[in-house]
Amino acid sequence: MNKVMSNKWFISLYILPALLLVSVLIFIPLILTGYYGLMKWDGIGAMQFIGLENYINVLQDNRFWESAGHSFLLAIFSTLSLVIYLAVSMILASKIKGADILRKIYLIPMLLSSVAIAQLWIKIYNPSNGMLNSVLGWFGVQNPPLWLADPNIVLYSIFIPILWQYAGFYILIYYAALKGIPESIIEAAKIDGATPLQIAYRIKLPLIMGVVKVTVVLAIVGSLKYFDLIYVMTGGGPNGASEVMASYMYKLAFGNYNFGYGSAVGFMLLLITLIVTVIVRKLTANKDEIQY
Amino acid sequence: MFKKKTVTSLFALMAGVLVATGCSGASDSNGDGEQAAGGGSAETATVDFMHLWPQGSSAEHHRIVSEIIEDFEAENENVSVNMQVLSNEQYKDQITILSASNELPDVGMTWAAGYLDPFVEGNKFAPLDDMLDDGLRDEFVAGTLEAYEKDGSSYGLPLELNTVYVYYNKAIFNEYGLEAPTTYDELEQVIATLNENNVNPIALGNRDRWTGSMWYMYFADRIGGSDVLTEAINRSGSFENPALVEAAAKVQEMVESDSFTSGFNGLADEEAKSMFMNDQAAMYMIATWDLPNYTTNENVPQEFRDNVGYFKFPTVDGNGDTNSFVGGPGVGLFVAENSDVKEEAKQFAAYFVEQWGERAVQQAGVIPATIVDGESLDLPDMYVEVLQDLNDATNLTLYADVQMTASVAQTHLDLIQSLFGLQITPEEFAEEHEKALSGE
Repeated sequence: MNKVMSNKWFISLYILPALLLVSVLIFIPLILTGYYGLMKWDGIGAMQFIGLENYINVLQDNRFWESAGHSFLLAIFSTLSLVIYLAVSMILASKIKGADILRKIYLIPMLLSSVAIAQLWIKIYNPSNGMLNSVLGWFGVQNPPLWLADPNIVLYSIFIPILWQYAGFYILIYYAALKGIPESIIEAAKIDGATPLQIAYRIKLPLIMGVVKVTVVLAIVGSLKYFDLIYVMTGGGPNGASEVMASYMYKLAFGNYNFGYGSAVGFMLLLITLIVTVIVRKLTANKDEIQY
Repeated sequence: MFKKKTVTSLFALMAGVLVATGCSGASDSNGDGEQAAGGGSAETATVDFMHLWPQGSSAEHHRIVSEIIEDFEAENENVSVNMQVLSNEQYKDQITILSASNELPDVGMTWAAGYLDPFVEGNKFAPLDDMLDDGLRDEFVAGTLEAYEKDGSSYGLPLELNTVYVYYNKAIFNEYGLEAPTTYDELEQVIATLNENNVNPIALGNRDRWTGSMWYMYFADRIGGSDVLTEAINRSGSFENPALVEAAAKVQEMVESDSFTSGFNGLADEEAKSMFMNDQAAMYMIATWDLPNYTTNENVPQEFRDNVGYFKFPTVDGNGDTNSFVGGPGVGLFVAENSDVKEEAKQFAAYFVEQWGERAVQQAGVIPATIVDGESLDLPDMYVEVLQDLNDATNLTLYADVQMTASVAQTHLDLIQSLFGLQITPEEFAEEHEKALSGE
């Protein structure tokens, strides 16, 4: 076995298929997107090279920066909600009654497709006969919010199902990490007289810090390129109030037949996500990893 | 030893996959070659035809198309038609991709006006003037063919024609002693009465935005006459014309008097439609493509269908002609410019359009773009009335978002949403349009 693994030929042979796939499916389209961004192109007729014009326009496009702002807001909300997910998984992992069933309940949103979730929440938010406003009506609320129709709150209305959708995913990751902590460490702490809160904060959290950092990166990157629920639930409306970078890109390319400009926006989306990822990785870089 | 075996079998598998994909590629190009050769020698030409009425969601349409193809093949033994069907959204994506790679079907379906632009500019669709000049031109309802014209040539043969009406629930109207309004004042009265009785007056799903655009267009037409909007869009007029500003103000007036269902800017058209069809709203504006729901569709309760009436958009402050309609052709047929069997394709397209008219209205409830004599057919009353309205129509204004180029249309639709949401004033609404249109 070791002999095979030290043979450079074999190493290359093993890596080659994956490398080929990744290049064909990811890197080549990526480079092409950047290249299309240099073109004036409606996606159908002939392309016309216009240099960096599209990219310069993106930088001056208010609509793009607005949608980027919305994406960043979603990233902040997703990161903050990780705290709640972590707290929930700590409770689930601490041998309470029914933890098993609760864990399964939290996982259910993950099993639904985004479109199904969107349809479900559209029904919930329906201002005249939706569940939410009916419940508010019982409590005597006279003019309940219009949720998806009000440009001031539509963004937050959509964030809720998005955070709900991914709750199970993060809870599962945290739960698995927490279960990996050796029981003996917790026992030792208990004998030393540590309270459950102290155990959670001083022992469990540092021990799963690596996993937490990964989820932070996942949440931020996922939010910046988020698309599906927003596309189905509001299409970015009313009047761009819930537009994010990815839905804006789609609208430009497939709605306006402006593939060149759409590609430029797509490439900017990639750059922004890449930069943010690098910054987050740097900020959370750890000098001394805890070992146990 | 074992490892080595795995590696070898892995490679064998990969090689197999490569061979398989390679082979399929090769056979594809063979197929094309044969087809081209067939077209050249005029023995049996195969016309590839793509449409967007799947058997599941548009059963009647699908059946009629298949029948027409069968009849065509029986009459023209040297031509066979190869049909491919996709659903609406898939179709739109697919046609764009096929067009970019020069593999459009010989005959397919397209939408009118602004949608055509990139295809015509990219020389993807063939001009059809020669076949229209053989007498086909006279069969179309006036105004439909024009929507498919670019620079004096026609690039599509319209199949459908839709006009926009306000449908209303007769049961609700009777309950409160209301009658179909003929003036805007009467409409306001009706809305006020309904509101007093806690009935949703008008179902509107303005998340789709073109739904609100139709209300605006009608106000523009009634206040400023049939040409004012079209002229503003084609730049022989201005969007800051007082009539167009006034039309925007009227829309906001309606919003402020609670005419539409609450939260309409977050509702899809489908949701609004279902409110209307479940007796939760008294009125609903939509084009005649919805007629089957109110007449022949067996899935809709008979009781509801009997209760639906329609009225033409009323006059506003004594202005406007109720026989001037907002509407336009739906899909039409195109013939691909680089088709190998262009003659046969044109022959098929012409045959299709001729056959479609009568069959479509009688069997699928589609109002066709070709002239049909409704009297001689056994049709539900509402169809006969609509066909009669079309004969009396003085004008048909094509949907604003279809008239505009794709990017201005997006601006228009966003502005419509803001206008209905009371986020901008009528003056700003006009100004922003002017900016977008003159920036083209």
